[in-house]
Amino acid sequence: MPGVRSGHGYVQQVNMNTSTPEKIPFLRDPAKLAILYQILTLAGVGLLSYYLVNNTLANLERQSISTGFGFLDREAAFEIGESLIQYSAADSYGRALAVGFLNTLIVSFFGIILTVLLGTFLGIARLSSNWLLVKLSSIYIELFQDIPVLLQLFFWYAFFYEILPSPRQALNPIPGLFLCNRGMIFSVPFWHEAYNYVIGAFIIGGVAVFFLRKWAAKRQAASGRIFPILKTSLALLIGLPLIVWWLAGAPADMNIPELSGFNFKGGINISPEFAALLLGLVLYTAAFVAEIVRAGIQSVGKGQTEAAKSIGLKSGQVLNLVILPQALRVIVPPLTSQMLNLTKNSSLAVAIGYPDFVSVAGTTINQTGQAIEGVALIMIVYLIFSLSTSAVMNWYNKKIALVER
Amino acid sequence: MRELKRVVPTVVVAFCLSAGVAMAGTLADVKAKGFVQAGVNGELFGFGKPDEKGIWRGLDVDTARAVAAAVFGNADKVKYTPLTAKTRFTALQSGEIDVLTRNATQTLSRDTDLGLDFVQVNYYDGQGFLVPNKLGVKSAKELDGASVCVLPGTTTEQNLADYFRVNKMKMNPVVIENNAELAKAFFAGRCDCLTSDASQLAGIRAVAPAPGDYSILPEIISKEPLAPAVRHGDNQWKDIVNYSVLALLEAEELGITSENIDEMMKSTDPRVQRFLGVTPGNGKALGLDEKWAYNIIKQVGNYGEVFERNVGVKTSLMLERGLNALWTNGGLMYSPPFK
Repeated sequence: MPGVRSGHGYVQQVNMNTSTPEKIPFLRDPAKLAILYQILTLAGVGLLSYYLVNNTLANLERQSISTGFGFLDREAAFEIGESLIQYSAADSYGRALAVGFLNTLIVSFFGIILTVLLGTFLGIARLSSNWLLVKLSSIYIELFQDIPVLLQLFFWYAFFYEILPSPRQALNPIPGLFLCNRGMIFSVPFWHEAYNYVIGAFIIGGVAVFFLRKWAAKRQAASGRIFPILKTSLALLIGLPLIVWWLAGAPADMNIPELSGFNFKGGINISPEFAALLLGLVLYTAAFVAEIVRAGIQSVGKGQTEAAKSIGLKSGQVLNLVILPQALRVIVPPLTSQMLNLTKNSSLAVAIGYPDFVSVAGTTINQTGQAIEGVALIMIVYLIFSLSTSAVMNWYNKKIALVER
Repeated sequence: MRELKRVVPTVVVAFCLSAGVAMAGTLADVKAKGFVQAGVNGELFGFGKPDEKGIWRGLDVDTARAVAAAVFGNADKVKYTPLTAKTRFTALQSGEIDVLTRNATQTLSRDTDLGLDFVQVNYYDGQGFLVPNKLGVKSAKELDGASVCVLPGTTTEQNLADYFRVNKMKMNPVVIENNAELAKAFFAGRCDCLTSDASQLAGIRAVAPAPGDYSILPEIISKEPLAPAVRHGDNQWKDIVNYSVLALLEAEELGITSENIDEMMKSTDPRVQRFLGVTPGNGKALGLDEKWAYNIIKQVGNYGEVFERNVGVKTSLMLERGLNALWTNGGLMYSPPFK
């Protein structure tokens, strides 16, 4: 019994020890202090923003400067050089800004795709066993990383307008394609009802490929037999629409560009401004992506390659099945930040005359004088671009993350 | 043990326009700091640009110097802020500069929405087209389908769109923010024509590889009264800037130049006596020294001298007086009486 009692007393003592933290003074409790600091910071930020907004509004009112977003409905009354949607000077500022938004979107979209392709190729080339390939890609990466992107844009733009001839002496390397200092103009088919079905066939082909791949992977896992997935996918994606096009009577009327007056009419024109911006951004950012890809591949231990080779995989399979899935975990986070850089750098378009969002917003600000609203719109738009790119890439990053079993 | 949470410092980015603007009279502020802060172009030859020695030259620069001469009796008491077309009005609104003399076009919306007041026009300009002679274009009406190089951030883009809409023509604008890059693209043939105010076209042509290969088309498609501007609401300061510009005109009309001004002090013409402060009154009305107009003309010269020195036919801009001649010579320059 005494033993039990002393044991009981010992337990009580322990209990007392564990309950003492409740008596720590408030100012010395890190958990509570942390909450206090956060509240204070939040209050400070709130007060500061209130002061800034309030003061700005008061200043604007005293100087009788109009505020608000009412100007978005007013007639823009200025033309925009290139547009993905129908636009004329009679449209509203809102629509003009939408044109700029889409122009930024398209250059970022193609820029990101081409950058990833070129960067991956260069990164792998730098690690190849081919001496020439290694040297060339190293020189490329060092050169393009070290020159400011704005200078590169000026260079490519000047390259296009200085080297290429005027429209009247346009180069015509293949029928229906013209190259001049107004851009690359090429023929496109006139719209025909049949193209609706062709696009439908392409989508059906895509869905079929998706399920085919799932089935092939399952079969391979079960039986070990490999299905020629690449060839069948291509056949489905290209063959199916082609058959539909042929069945629909093979409409082939082309909208062929023709020189009329000063410029070409008809066809589709890729302007020197767009080409210079895309080229400059892709060549610059790809150099950084190449280094990220190289770092990612090098982070995978050499033993992995040797093990994969020893079980008889070909070098393409080693890369695709063993190295890249592991390297991607290292590559994706910094790659996301390069994608964001490319999107943000696209605002340098104003320097070489491509009508991106910043350029259109700049004209709007100048015509309406509403700088704060205009700058706020620019900030919101780039925030939307950045956050949605991050969201997609974070989703992808999670998908490829190491799954612990 | 629980992990300790750390407080993450938050960074706040603030709009620059929220800074307060001094409410005291601009004249008192200017006198207290000892110089006039003028917003100028900085890149436009003939209007506002430093020469090879770093001394500011130009019609707009001389206008700012006239204001300094009126306030301080010393035309050199000016500090210049080079501004772009985009930043110029914000700089004035926020109080960064005291007067904007930067080839800015007076328009209704700028006079009202932007909280500015424009004063007497110091150059009547108009938007025109510069074309290479080899294009064979003789009139702007022949420009249907053309690619047009435009400098952004001005009324230029709007005038251009209006002109082509009215004449039912199509065009493709190429808007480049940088003056030099725009000129380079145009000279290399990226565009069929370049549009801007005629005075600027003359300036751009002057730096062409072969200026003789380019001409300005006869059509002037807009009215561009270029006028200095001040903040809305300070009437005394507006009067001072306004009459400093008008003094340049009045002096030319009265035949007073920087060279003959000391003889003119002895003139018996009552208009000259009032203008030069021999008969006092004008200075007191403006809150300035009675010799304010004397100081302007003595140190800066009259409007004719300023024009010929900066943009006239003997300069590389080779601009005629045209609309900028005195009303007595068929121009638009006209000053109310100084009495």
